Amino acid sequence: MTRTSGANGGGGQSGKLPRKRFYRARAHSNPLSDSHFPIPISPDDFDLSQHYPRYYPADKGERGDGEEVEAPLIRFADVGCGFGGLLVGLSPLFPDKLMIGMELRDKVTEYVKERVLALRASNPGQYDNISVVRTNSMKYIPNYFRKAQLSKMFFLFPDPHFKEKNHRRRVISMQLLDEYAFVMGVGGIIYTITDVEELGVWMRSCLEKHPLFEAVPEEEIEVDPVVKLLSTATEEGQKVARNGGQTFQAIFRRISLQEE
Amino acid sequence: MEDTAVEEAEVSGAAEFAPALVAAHPFGHSVAVAVGPDLRVFDLQGGCAVSLSDDSGGPAHSDAIRAITFGAGGDLFASAGDDKLVKVWKTGPWRCIRTITSEKRVSAVAFSNDGLYVAFADKFGVVWLEAAGEDDEGHVSADSKPVSIFGHYCSIITSMKFSPDGRFIATADRDFKIRVTLFPKNPMKGATEIQSFCLGHTEFVSCIAFTRISGGSCFLLSGGGDSAVRLWDHINGCLLDTYDVRDNVGELSEPNETEDSNLAIGNICLTNNNSMVAVAIQSLNGLMLLACDLVAKKLSFLKVIRTEKSYIPTSLASRCWEGLLWTVMGASNMPNQSVSQLLTRVKIIPLAQKDVQASAGHDSAALDDTEVPHGEKLLLALQGSLDGSKQEEVLAAVLAALKVSMHKMLVKKNYSEERREQRKRGRNDKKIKN
Ligand SMILES: C[S@@+](CC[C@H](N)C(=O)[O-])C[C@H]1O[C@@H](n2cnc3c(N)ncnc32)[C@H](O)[C@@H]1O
Repeated sequence: MTRTSGANGGGGQSGKLPRKRFYRARAHSNPLSDSHFPIPISPDDFDLSQHYPRYYPADKGERGDGEEVEAPLIRFADVGCGFGGLLVGLSPLFPDKLMIGMELRDKVTEYVKERVLALRASNPGQYDNISVVRTNSMKYIPNYFRKAQLSKMFFLFPDPHFKEKNHRRRVISMQLLDEYAFVMGVGGIIYTITDVEELGVWMRSCLEKHPLFEAVPEEEIEVDPVVKLLSTATEEGQKVARNGGQTFQAIFRRISLQEE
Repeated sequence: MEDTAVEEAEVSGAAEFAPALVAAHPFGHSVAVAVGPDLRVFDLQGGCAVSLSDDSGGPAHSDAIRAITFGAGGDLFASAGDDKLVKVWKTGPWRCIRTITSEKRVSAVAFSNDGLYVAFADKFGVVWLEAAGEDDEGHVSADSKPVSIFGHYCSIITSMKFSPDGRFIATADRDFKIRVTLFPKNPMKGATEIQSFCLGHTEFVSCIAFTRISGGSCFLLSGGGDSAVRLWDHINGCLLDTYDVRDNVGELSEPNETEDSNLAIGNICLTNNNSMVAVAIQSLNGLMLLACDLVAKKLSFLKVIRTEKSYIPTSLASRCWEGLLWTVMGASNMPNQSVSQLLTRVKIIPLAQKDVQASAGHDSAALDDTEVPHGEKLLLALQGSLDGSKQEEVLAAVLAALKVSMHKMLVKKNYSEERREQRKRGRNDKKIKN
C-alpha cells in the first residue's frame, strides 16, 4: 500500500501508555464501507447510561422520589478521536459538559474505553463526563445528536485523503458541513487542525464557503482555553510537535442563515 | 485494494433490474409509463398515444429510466436514469425541451413546486439543481449547468420530493435516512440548511410522499424495506405513526409464504383526497389500502385489494383527489433480457369513497381490460402488447427479478461484512509472513 502521509496512523508508537501496543490497529479505515457495528436508529435510541453512568443511572426509571433532574445532553463531539487525548484534556476543563469521542477503528475505540475507565477508577468523581463510541461519523452523525444539540465539534489531525477522487472521503466537506451545522447550535464552534497544509487549506475553504459558518476572530481564538489543546492534547498533535511540524488550524462559528 | 471495495459499493445495484414506473398528470390529462429506456405517454383527453418529439438537441434515453415525475402544475415532466440523462419535457404539446447530462447515473428526479427548477440525485447521493423550463422567449440557455446543492454521504437516494408548500425538499436513501432540507429562495447557491432528519426506518427507505390537510399543514409519508409505512411531522423530524404491513400479514399471503423479507414496501401513493395511502408490497399480488387520518395523525388498515396471482405492481400513481389508481408491473435490466421483455402490464383500480369504511363485503378490484378508459388503445400504448400469453411470461420473469433484487438489497450489508472480514484476514496473514 502506498504511503499517504506521515500525519496518519495513530497506530501506536508514541509509547506513552504501555498498553497501547495491544491495541495496535491498521492506520486507515475506509469510511465508506458499510458498518457492522450497532448504530442507534435515532438519538432517542442512543443509550447514554452505558457511557455516562453517573449522569444516567441504569435504574433511573424506577426512582420514585419525584425529583426529576434533567440529565445533561452531550455537548462536545471529538470526531475521529483516535486515542482520546483531547477528551482527557477537556474533561477537567468542562467538568459539567458531556463529551463523546467518535472513532471508526474498533481496537482504538476499545483502547479509549479502557483509558476512560482506568481514569475514572484512579480519580473518583472525575472523567465521568467523557466517553467514546465506535461509529462512522461520516454516515451516522444525525443518529447520535439532535438538532442544535452540540456546542463544540473537534476535527483534529483527520486523515488527509490526498487523491482528488478521494476528497469526498474527507471528514470536512461541503456536504458534511450541512450535517455538522444541523447538530450544532447557533454560536457553537467547530475546531479543525492538521499538519498537512493542503488539507488545512481545504478545510478552511470549505468552512469559508459554507453559509452557516463564519471564522472566529483572532482575538477570541487567543483567549479560548480550548485552542491550546488542539495542538498539544492528542497523540497525533504530540507526534507532530515532537517532529517540529507546522500545523494549520481553522476555527469557525455556527451562525444562522442570512437570506438576502 | 480499499479503493476497489469502495467502487464496488458505489456501483452495486448496477446489475439490478429497473422497475417499470407510472406517473399520472396532476389534472388527469395524460399518463406516462417508463420501462427500460422506453417512455410511453397516453393522452387521456385526446384518447391517443403521444408521439414524443425532442427539441433539446440531446440524445434519447439509451438505458433504464429510473425516475419520472410530473411538475405540480402539470406543464412539465421529467425522466432520468442509468444513461446519466435528465430529460425535461413540456406536456402541452409533448416535447423534450432540455436534456441535462449528469456525471453519474441518476436515481431520482423532482420539480420544485413553482416549476422553476428540476432537481436530480445521482448515484453518489449528490443532489443537483438546474433551471427547468424555457425563459420568457422560449429559449433554453445552452451553457447553463447543474449545480450540486447538497448530498447524502455515500448513499443512494431512492426518492426525492418537494413539499406542497414549497418550503422543503425531502430525500430518502438506502441507509434508512430521510433528510428534510429547507429549499432556499436562491437555491442555486446550495440548500445547506437541514430542517430535520426523519429517522425510524430500520432498513432502506424505498419511497416518500408528501400529503397535506387541505389548505393546512403538510406531512410526510414513507415506506421501506422494514415493511413499515410511517407518517412524519417532517418539520420537527417526529415519527407520528407507524403501520407495519406484517400486522395484517394474514391478509397478505398464502399460509406458506410469510417470509418477512418479501414484504418490503415498494411504493406508496396518496389517493382519494389524501385520505388513503395505497401501498405496493414486494410479494403482494395487489395493493394494501391504509387510511391516513392527518387530524388524529394515524395510519390504519383498510383492506387488501387482490389482483391476479402473478401481478405485483412495481409502481403506483394517482391524482391525489381522484380515486383512480394506476398501477404498473414490469422490469428491465433482467438477465437474458430481450426487447419483448420490455413489456409491461398496466392495471387500473378504481377506489370508491366507501372503501374508507373497510367494508368487507364491498369488493374493489382492478378494471377488466375491456373496462379500461380508451380500452385496447391505451393498453397497447402503455403496455407494448395486448398478447395475453406473452404477458404471462413477462410477469413471471419480472416476478423473479423482483425477488432477486429485493433479496440483494436486503442482504447487501451482510455480504460486505463478510467480504471485509475476509480482506482483514488476508491482511493479517500478510503481516505475519513479513
Ligand atoms: C490521524 S487520526 C487522528 C486522531 C486524533 N484526532 C488525534 O489527533 O490524535 C484520524 C482518526 O480518525 C478516525 N476516522 C477516520 N474516519 C472516520 C470516520 N468516518 N468516523 C470516525 N472516525 C474516523 C481514524 O480511525 C483515526 O483514528
